[in-house]
Amino acid sequence: MRDFLWLIMIILYLGLAPVLGVLASGYDRVVTARMQGRQGPPFLQPYYDIMKLFQKEAIVVNWLQTAMVVSFLMFTIFTGCLFFAGGDILLVFFAHSLAEVLLILAACSANSPYSNLGAQREYIQMMAYEPMTLLVAIGFYLVCGSFNVADIIQINMPAIIKLPGFFIGYCFILIIKFRKSPFDLSTSHHAHQEMVKGLTQDISGNVLGIMELGELYENVLLVGILALFFITREPWTWLLAAVCCSVVYFLIILIDNIFPRVKWEVMFKYTWLVTFGFAGSNFLILMMLRR
Amino acid sequence: MNLLLFLILFPFVMALLTFCARNEKLRSLVVMIGCVAIMVADIIFCVQAVRAGAGINPLRWAGSETHVYHIFEHVIIDVELLLFLLIAFLSIKYQKYYCLLLAAAGTFPVLWHDFFGTHVTAPLPAVMIDNLTIIMCLVVGIVGGIICIYAIGYLHDYHHHHTDVANRSWYFQALLFVFIGAMFGLVTADSLSWIFFFWEITSTVSFLLIGYTRSEEAINNSFRALWMNLLGGCGFTVTIIYCARFYNVSNLSHLVRMGGMTSGILIPAAMLSFAALTKSAQMPFCKWLLGAMVAPTPSSALLHSATMVKAGVYLLLRIAPLMTGNVVGLMVTSIGGFTFFAASLLAISASDGKKVLAYSTVSNLGLITACAGVGAAEASWAGILLLIFHAVSKSLMFLGVGSIENATGSRDIEDMHGLIVKMPRMAYIMTVGICGMFLAPFGMLVAKWAALKSYIDSNNVVLVIFLVFGSATTMFYWGKWLGKIFVILHQSETLRDTTPKTAWFSMYTLTGLVIILCMTFPMIGSRIVQPYLRQSFYATISNVISPDDIRVMLMMLIMIAILPVLTEILVRTRKEKTTMSYMAGVNAGDDRHFIDAFGGVRPSYLSNWYMEKWFGEKRILSPMLLCSAVALASFMIVAVAGTLA
Repeated sequence: MRDFLWLIMIILYLGLAPVLGVLASGYDRVVTARMQGRQGPPFLQPYYDIMKLFQKEAIVVNWLQTAMVVSFLMFTIFTGCLFFAGGDILLVFFAHSLAEVLLILAACSANSPYSNLGAQREYIQMMAYEPMTLLVAIGFYLVCGSFNVADIIQINMPAIIKLPGFFIGYCFILIIKFRKSPFDLSTSHHAHQEMVKGLTQDISGNVLGIMELGELYENVLLVGILALFFITREPWTWLLAAVCCSVVYFLIILIDNIFPRVKWEVMFKYTWLVTFGFAGSNFLILMMLRR
Repeated sequence: MNLLLFLILFPFVMALLTFCARNEKLRSLVVMIGCVAIMVADIIFCVQAVRAGAGINPLRWAGSETHVYHIFEHVIIDVELLLFLLIAFLSIKYQKYYCLLLAAAGTFPVLWHDFFGTHVTAPLPAVMIDNLTIIMCLVVGIVGGIICIYAIGYLHDYHHHHTDVANRSWYFQALLFVFIGAMFGLVTADSLSWIFFFWEITSTVSFLLIGYTRSEEAINNSFRALWMNLLGGCGFTVTIIYCARFYNVSNLSHLVRMGGMTSGILIPAAMLSFAALTKSAQMPFCKWLLGAMVAPTPSSALLHSATMVKAGVYLLLRIAPLMTGNVVGLMVTSIGGFTFFAASLLAISASDGKKVLAYSTVSNLGLITACAGVGAAEASWAGILLLIFHAVSKSLMFLGVGSIENATGSRDIEDMHGLIVKMPRMAYIMTVGICGMFLAPFGMLVAKWAALKSYIDSNNVVLVIFLVFGSATTMFYWGKWLGKIFVILHQSETLRDTTPKTAWFSMYTLTGLVIILCMTFPMIGSRIVQPYLRQSFYATISNVISPDDIRVMLMMLIMIAILPVLTEILVRTRKEKTTMSYMAGVNAGDDRHFIDAFGGVRPSYLSNWYMEKWFGEKRILSPMLLCSAVALASFMIVAVAGTLA
């Protein structure tokens, strides 16, 4: 029965993640527009965008690029499936960084200044947020004694009660992961950036569509990890998780609109400081209690 | 057991033969046959040892009543004197008198002890073979043998390019063999004075190897390596005399077993750890390993992967049970964890390929050191697997960089721009090597994962913090190197393949080993490492990495394996339009030149980020060395004074 349940979760993830991702992105764009006092695009604009991308012909800069982008999608989906099937959360993060590296390699292969700059910045972003992701996994292990997502969702009280510092740190790096200001260093939706499109500069047409699809899957995975902070064995906590994730998402959009982009040095320094300060001290306390 | 004698003595014989064989063709043949013989004998020896039940009870051999034992004892004394004279001669020749003092301080007390000191009553046999020994033998024999074979072709090319260096290939090859022989001795010996003897041989030989080119830099670096290792050797000297005098112990395994029963075993543990920390180039002592890269690549490969530095962590893993929850354990974990983090930060600012590899070695050894210092079965499991994976991946990387240097004339990472076009085969090998160092589902990451789990379970907050931040920086410096390799430069051509066949053979074998190890590590873990842990920690550990996770990783491995196929299919079926890379519309006809503000054509140059301002060696190396030196000194004082008081 349990195996069967996880199979359903995987199928749901495969089918629903793009839908959820598109809806979230549409919501983002409408809210952002309202915050800036604009009319903004229709709610389903991200859907139209992606569909249009898939109808377009890709113009590539080399033979390797497409394969790297496709494998980025493959590994992102694999990572997501692993997570929603209740797998080991550390392994989820490891597989996720593999997917991320593949995307960066696609950018590196292009040999263009903008792609290269985007790739280097993306690496710095990874270096900035990686300690936090590992600590999140460790935090869950400390409160429920297992790295398996399947066990983590069976705990008695929401993990956030014991992991507030981890939660703050994770929300902080979500800004980087969602490519939001002040930390949208490696690629941007905005035209004013000095990077043009950075990481995805030389990816076009339906290949860009594949990449965007991959990011949708990735975003749903990241929100799923956020939800782990709230979910317990009580079914109603799933609702709580949904509400809290929406609030966090809204806050990230708000932050995106309030703060201007910062230099990478600032991002790097603050991310490590926040990781060390909040998650680190929380971790220290948990370890003391364990003794 | 005759096979063991063969393994230790045959490399020395080979060294003599290669030293005499001045004809290059003849020497190549001799080296090739010798390496193959060593590898075959090594494998047979290990299989026999496993069959004989080394995993249940360690096999012991050569007690004080045997003939061989006495011959060996004499040889040891003679050779130790010879080594001392050699060092003395060279120190005086190059006016580095401090090395002479250190050598004297390390050698004479032991000799005095041999003749006049208190002798241990009823010593255990001098040789012990258990599963850790077997693992080390396999690493030394196979990886070492492969590197020796590689050296044949490499040295030929090397002297072709470096005409300023006197061609003494015979001498170099001979030293490599001596190294391998000494390592076999070191890992199979159990008697402290035997281990010390082989220990000093490796120190001396590495000193000679580093100084091979006889340039000023090489000489300085070789003496730096020598004094640091001799200083570490003094720790060994103290241990030998102290143990014989106060515990009536002359064997390492005996000492380790005593750890559970007697308290106050801290002084020998601290002294041995100190020796091991210098040997595996941990933080205050890391400079000798960084300087070692002036020598031709095979020697770096050997020092970094299969021998020298591994001797240090091997010793630490051996004495791990002595370090459970005491100040020595704290010292070793702190130094190790700090080194892991600090060296990976330093690697970010390096663009010289060999330097990155050197920092990465220091960093990974720090991780193994920390694992040993935890003094728990799970941590040792992780440490041993790290040791295996690191040996294979790192030697592959070194051989790769060496071949690239011989083919392109540079080992700078910036010059590997577009390697996938220029040297496709080389690029694939390097990719496997780099991925093997930091990406899932390859070896190093798996072992790091196990290490992380054991650090958490041993409640070591500081170590976990070092590990999570250190793996982020590790990912950065490997990742950007990988990016350089994957750049596709238009209109550049594949270089002519000048890499010798022996080198290809070595690199392909190692690449194969990296991949095979990914699939077989659960078996190595349960069949070979587990029994050893049962003997040393009296503990059976559950699966460190669960079977479910292993299945997932195998799936990932398969997915990675189909990537090249996928690429091929996509290239064949999609037939996309190709265009130039985007350069804001100022491309000058291709993606390598652009039109500048004055309308002239300029070549573009894309560089990786090295962040000198943040992580530059000049900025952070000295403070780090100072911090770790102070920490090490205080820990040593606390450990020694705490026992004596």
